[in-house]
Amino acid sequence: MTRRLLAGVAAWVAAHPVLSIVAFFAALPFAVPYPSLATQMLVYGLFALGFNLLYGYTGLLSFGHAAYWGLGAYGAGIALAKLGWTSLWAALALGVLAAGIGGAIVGFFALRRRGIYFAMLTLAFAQLLYFIAFHLADLTGGDDGLRGIPQLPLGLFGLSIPLGTPLAFHYFALAWAALAVAGLQRVLHSPFGRVLAAIRENDDRATACGYDVTRAKLLSFVFSALITGLAGALDALRLNVVPVEALFWSTSGQVVIMTLLGGSGTFFGPFVGAGTVLLLGDRLSLVLVDSWPIVIGSVFVMFVLFLPRGIWGTLTGGLHGH
Amino acid sequence: MPDITLSALAAQLFTGLVLGGILVLLAIGLSLIFGLMTVVNFAHGSFYMLGAYVGFFLLAYTRNFWVALVVAPLVVGTLGLVVERLLIRPLYGRSPNDPLLLTFGLSLVLVEAVKLVAGKVGLTLDPPAALAGAVDLGFMMFPAYRIFVVLVTAVVLVALWLFLEKTNVGLVVRAGSRDALMVRALGIDLGRVWLLVFGLGIAMAGLAGILAGPLRGVYAEMGFEIIIEAFVVVVVGGMGSLLGAVVAGLLIGEVVSLTTYFAPKLAEIVVFIVMAVVLLTRPSGLFGEAGRAE
Repeated sequence: MTRRLLAGVAAWVAAHPVLSIVAFFAALPFAVPYPSLATQMLVYGLFALGFNLLYGYTGLLSFGHAAYWGLGAYGAGIALAKLGWTSLWAALALGVLAAGIGGAIVGFFALRRRGIYFAMLTLAFAQLLYFIAFHLADLTGGDDGLRGIPQLPLGLFGLSIPLGTPLAFHYFALAWAALAVAGLQRVLHSPFGRVLAAIRENDDRATACGYDVTRAKLLSFVFSALITGLAGALDALRLNVVPVEALFWSTSGQVVIMTLLGGSGTFFGPFVGAGTVLLLGDRLSLVLVDSWPIVIGSVFVMFVLFLPRGIWGTLTGGLHGH
Repeated sequence: MPDITLSALAAQLFTGLVLGGILVLLAIGLSLIFGLMTVVNFAHGSFYMLGAYVGFFLLAYTRNFWVALVVAPLVVGTLGLVVERLLIRPLYGRSPNDPLLLTFGLSLVLVEAVKLVAGKVGLTLDPPAALAGAVDLGFMMFPAYRIFVVLVTAVVLVALWLFLEKTNVGLVVRAGSRDALMVRALGIDLGRVWLLVFGLGIAMAGLAGILAGPLRGVYAEMGFEIIIEAFVVVVVGGMGSLLGAVVAGLLIGEVVSLTTYFAPKLAEIVVFIVMAVVLLTRPSGLFGEAGRAE
């Protein structure tokens, strides 16, 4: 009985990924120790979702996704705190646009190489951006981070919706996440999504089949950067501050860990991974103070060794493209 | 801009040589390990850091820098052997991304473990009394310890060259990085060679760490800062090319040192600019072979 019910739920979830994610995150604030943890899980899950498009679905390991997360965060943050923009829409748009342009530029250079070189190039470009942000203190706040991002209400059809409470902001972020998830779902199920899968399995063969592999990879890179930038911009609004570490390589490492733990190449894996890491970190920090990354790191090493499909991939026996 | 005198410029060039030497020790290990077994060792910087810490504690107990200098790389290298056997070996034959991911996780664990054991405050590693002063090079004075670092690097490089070119094991290493399948077909057990080379590369990282300790300080994150520069060196030199690692290491060392002098704010950025220019003009790196290391 229970088993049939569970199987039924699993089938429904698999058939309605967007609705499932919305339903899950709509309820999550009431299930975690404090509501803003749910928002953090959502935003980092979105970050991992963007990363997963490139790694899990296109087979390109970027070690520099902090760049687009940071560009999104600084884009939205600078619009509100330094340029004095008063529209959340415009601020988010600037962040997403900055991330997309950054992704196009880095992608153009980094996609000239494959495999390990690609990973190193993306890492190097992200570090370059970090040092630039570090030194451009007038614009970015430098080492102190970008402070003074005002908490503005959302203007919608002439209404002014306040986002000051954790719950209100959570549902605001959820609306954006749902949009991104639906968009990604659409991309993955389009012919273009099949080309990405072909590239992941064997990009020489995809080239031989007549697909413009470089162009498809670049498009995937830019899409990935756009989603990542949206997540970064939402995080800037969530925290009202952008720490310069947003661009540091450790942020890139964090999203790699989240995605791999959850299950790369699966639709829910990034959210599962982000949620697991953040919840584990939140609980462990009560016991281990700031040594908790030692646990996350060890768990991650064990997953790479023994469970490369990640939590969700192992549970569902889903596809494992690597 | 500071006044440019010939001796100040010479001092800066020599400082670049010292940094370059440290980078070469790291990059050559990375490149050797990658060339032979396509493993990108993200934890290389953590072993560099461990070399400095092990050196610090050996120095504290034995009060002898020379003992620490010899034993620390051996300890770290032995740890490298264990890591290869337990963690890296199960990943051979899987995607080349997997060792990179695993060593990334390992580097986080090592850094946090060191913070737990040795504390978060940085330590000071003192150079031995015999190398405390400065040496008169005729046209300028230069700290003796830094000259010593350059000499040690040179000796290690010559020894490595002799090992690779003049010994039978070295021959297998070179052959293995050209065509592992062919070497296996000739009945040679490459697994033991891989173990040896991994340990050797890690020991060189440990040596770089204890050598760099007195110059750059000993702290848990010291490996993260230099590992990215070492990666840039390997990419600029050409993945898997040892000559490339040496030339690019010295080049990056000089470029960083000179930029620190003329435009300090650009010092951290300039390495990436060098890398971008090299990759745009020579995508395989200065000494890389096209089509390899993908």
